[in-house]
Amino acid sequence: MPALKYSRPKPLFYRGPSLLTRFVLWTVLSVALMVLDHQRGALDAIRSVLTVVVYPIRLAVDLPFRVADWTIESLTTRAALLDENRTLKREQIENRVRLQRLAAVEAENARLRALLDSSAQLPDRVRIVGILAVDLDPNRQQIVIDKGTRDGVYDGQALVDAFGVVGQTVNSGPLDAEAILITDSDHALPVQVLRNGTRTIAFGTGLPKELSLPFLPNNADILEGDLLVTSGLGGRFPAGYPVATITKIERSQEQPYANVRAEPAAALERVREVLLIWPDTESLSAEDGDEP
Amino acid sequence: MTSPRRKGWTAALSLVVALALTIVPLPAAAEPFRPDFAALVLLYWALYWPQRVGLGVAFVVGLVLDTLKGAVLGQHALALCIIMYIAMRFHLRIRVFPLGQQMLTILMLLVVYQFVLFWIDGVVGTGDISLYRWGAVLTGTLMWPIATRVLRRLRLAS
Repeated sequence: MPALKYSRPKPLFYRGPSLLTRFVLWTVLSVALMVLDHQRGALDAIRSVLTVVVYPIRLAVDLPFRVADWTIESLTTRAALLDENRTLKREQIENRVRLQRLAAVEAENARLRALLDSSAQLPDRVRIVGILAVDLDPNRQQIVIDKGTRDGVYDGQALVDAFGVVGQTVNSGPLDAEAILITDSDHALPVQVLRNGTRTIAFGTGLPKELSLPFLPNNADILEGDLLVTSGLGGRFPAGYPVATITKIERSQEQPYANVRAEPAAALERVREVLLIWPDTESLSAEDGDEP
Repeated sequence: MTSPRRKGWTAALSLVVALALTIVPLPAAAEPFRPDFAALVLLYWALYWPQRVGLGVAFVVGLVLDTLKGAVLGQHALALCIIMYIAMRFHLRIRVFPLGQQMLTILMLLVVYQFVLFWIDGVVGTGDISLYRWGAVLTGTLMWPIATRVLRRLRLAS
């Protein structure tokens, strides 16, 4: 038994502010935070500190999935790898051929635009980023990407995958960034029908495979199967990326607008990697139009 | 033997694990039924060690939870502070409840917690109004006996 050390006796009665006082204090603080944070940008400093704090937790949760991916990759047989290599090479050749034509078309486009005196569209800078395997609020359509402001990510940056537009970043911390998908119920995206150039806005519905286009009049020229591309209006998304295909059109005499639904072109549920776009700033207008 | 420092580490570790469990990817069908691990662990410590794990800790955990879930800052902090206040106010009574009655109390606390979250979602205008979110209340209540057993073992070992 060690010698009894002198220690302050436990106070019989708790001294200091009462439980109720402390409760009121913390509650007021939380409400104040919420009010400030609801106006976007007011608490960016606190948010970026907090994202750094939670980064290790996110990494720790993501780690097993990364290890599993790596294990599967390293256990793939030689035959399978060769097979994959062969298909990829074939795809590469096909894509090259398509690119050759694209180069000619782009040159022609630049010439025509010069004739019209409008600014030429320069190619966008892109970078592949990974998606962390973590869940956010189940009621919202969000993802976390593994690059942050340290790598040049900024709020409102466009994300695409191999098939189309994925979403945009909303809270970018120094090491990672949160993004909302185009299907989030808070998301609106200026689009254009590729076939005839009709412009409208595509809203997320909160469902993983559905967009809604509420502002198309009953007599609008739109058909099932039409491809929607970004119109570039609003300044967040560069023009010309595929967004969705129209799946359902309901016209009713009582309603001024048709009920139009579309399915996103991007593989929103299966993506593990996305492309971040740094648009060429000259071809975009400076103002921020669309709210995230 | 029990030492406050080791106990503090145990509490902190249990909270970090609870936070990690909150964001582990689940299949979409199971996701609405993910229990509110952080709330359960905090409630346990509020009942059995209210001198140290109190409203301040709840507030910090709440802020971390807000960041992890991409919610408006302060949402989970407020909800956690409210249920922690109730739990701490009555902790001596709730502690001696038989398990069934304790689970009933937890059920009510989780309903309050989820309602506050739901309410703030409504004010801020995010999320949807589906019934799914109440699934977490049920699974959370069912998790309580398991959570207390694990946490008691940890608490007594530290």
